[in-house]
Amino acid sequence: MDRIYLDHASTTPVDRQVLDAMLPYFIEQFGNPSSALIEEGGMPNKAIDEARNKVAKLVNAEKEEIIFTGSATESNNLAIKGLALANKDKGKKILISDIEHYSVMNQADFLRKFGFEVDFIKVDNYGIVDLEDLKNKLTDNTILVSVMHANLEIGTIEPIEEIALFLMERGVLLHSDGTGTCGRIPVDVKNLGVDTMTISPHQFYGPKGVAALYMKRGTKLISFIQGGSQEMGYRAGTENVPGIVGFGEAARIAMEEMDERVEGLTRLSRRLWDGLASSIEYIHFTGHPTKRLPGHTSFWIEFVEGESLLLWLNLNGIASASGSACASNMMAVDETGLRASHVLTAVGVPPEICSGSISFSLGKDNKTEEVEHVLSVIPGIVKRLMGMSPLYEKARKSGISMGKEV
Amino acid sequence: MAKGPYSDKVMDHFMNPRNMGEIEDADGVGEVGNPACGDVMKLYLKIEGDKIVDAKFKTFGCGAAIASSSMTTELIKGKTIDEALRISNEAVTEALGGLPPAKQHCSVLAEEALKVALEDYKKKKEQG
Ligand code: FES
Repeated sequence: MDRIYLDHASTTPVDRQVLDAMLPYFIEQFGNPSSALIEEGGMPNKAIDEARNKVAKLVNAEKEEIIFTGSATESNNLAIKGLALANKDKGKKILISDIEHYSVMNQADFLRKFGFEVDFIKVDNYGIVDLEDLKNKLTDNTILVSVMHANLEIGTIEPIEEIALFLMERGVLLHSDGTGTCGRIPVDVKNLGVDTMTISPHQFYGPKGVAALYMKRGTKLISFIQGGSQEMGYRAGTENVPGIVGFGEAARIAMEEMDERVEGLTRLSRRLWDGLASSIEYIHFTGHPTKRLPGHTSFWIEFVEGESLLLWLNLNGIASASGSACASNMMAVDETGLRASHVLTAVGVPPEICSGSISFSLGKDNKTEEVEHVLSVIPGIVKRLMGMSPLYEKARKSGISMGKEV
Repeated sequence: MAKGPYSDKVMDHFMNPRNMGEIEDADGVGEVGNPACGDVMKLYLKIEGDKIVDAKFKTFGCGAAIASSSMTTELIKGKTIDEALRISNEAVTEALGGLPPAKQHCSVLAEEALKVALEDYKKKKEQG
């Protein structure tokens, strides 16, 4: 059997149709879109316009509300720094959920240096933002809240609509990182009520090195990249034309195939979940049981360390992800980088147990046989690793289990 | 073999750990844990005279931790206590063909487990 890729939360392959749409823009239509008056620049310029339209449609935005950027990280930075700086006369407090991606989280220190107060909002054991905590931490000084639409580590989808409604009444801006949802499930920025939202095509069979920020009409935002007037002055720099074209095409296909993809992924991940639940003792699923990304299954297993599990799965041809500090910081030089995943810690998994976590994120091309194959090999691996674990030995002798139900 | 940050030697010891298991009537047992990563290593020694005649381990940990435990048992079998005490984590790492920088502490865990096991042996002996 070929390799089984179950790490789509990390990235997806580029769709063949997407690649075909991109190719002419490398050699034939290579012109600079800023030189729109000459023939070479005209086509690329038009292509960007079309792509903008397609991306806008994907999230039910207006074309003018889409700003192309270089990555989801850049979009998150543009939104948070940009909104904070543009609105600092109204207040200087910013609230960020506890389970945000590092591209949101790690802006806190930067903002503090510039006089902003940053606080973090708790989540419950399923990873859902605690509205009470948000309400308690919200002051008259609060200008911006950032809550991701879905968490790619545990799959939980946040109640953005509810949060937006609450904030809107108080005149507080809401940024949402839609990296995990846009192109994967239907997203309607108008219904959600967000002011800005990050959209990243490499999560739905588009290219890497390009992303977008949805910015509601009339939103005040200061750009931090100065240069030409590309992207309405919000993101200077010659456009990544092939990337943007691919983004548009991936958005178009995602919209077209959305229902089919969601249905297929939901069915497959249910089978995976049920199969794991019935064959593996000491397994604990993470994230919300129903409000979760289709195709996403995450769990930890008592007495089994995540990196070892990931390595064995890899040796069996299965690519997965681990929240294990050991696996995710494999190349980190700084030993202090060995912290358990902040997401798992936030949902209440004890740090020494976080290291056992694994997530399987399926994609549109995964087959039932692949899921069955995973289910057939994983019990053996788990048994082997448990057999090696001094913790399992201790638990067996004392009858005490290692973890608590989360 | 799957290409990754681990050397072939590390992967070999990870996939085929040597001396994995317990020694029921061990003369020295050392259990250590790393609070930063949550990993736990347990080493069992059988000692005759001043020679380590058998060593076994159990490890809850990453690939590097499992490989380090396995390699440590290989390195100390047949050695005298004094010789074993001189085995540093660098020696374990070297024998494994190197470890990624972030994984150096996994071999430290093995060195610590060995020291604790030997201390345990001494203590037991003193107590008679
Ligand atoms: S022993 Fe902790 S990461 Fe290897």
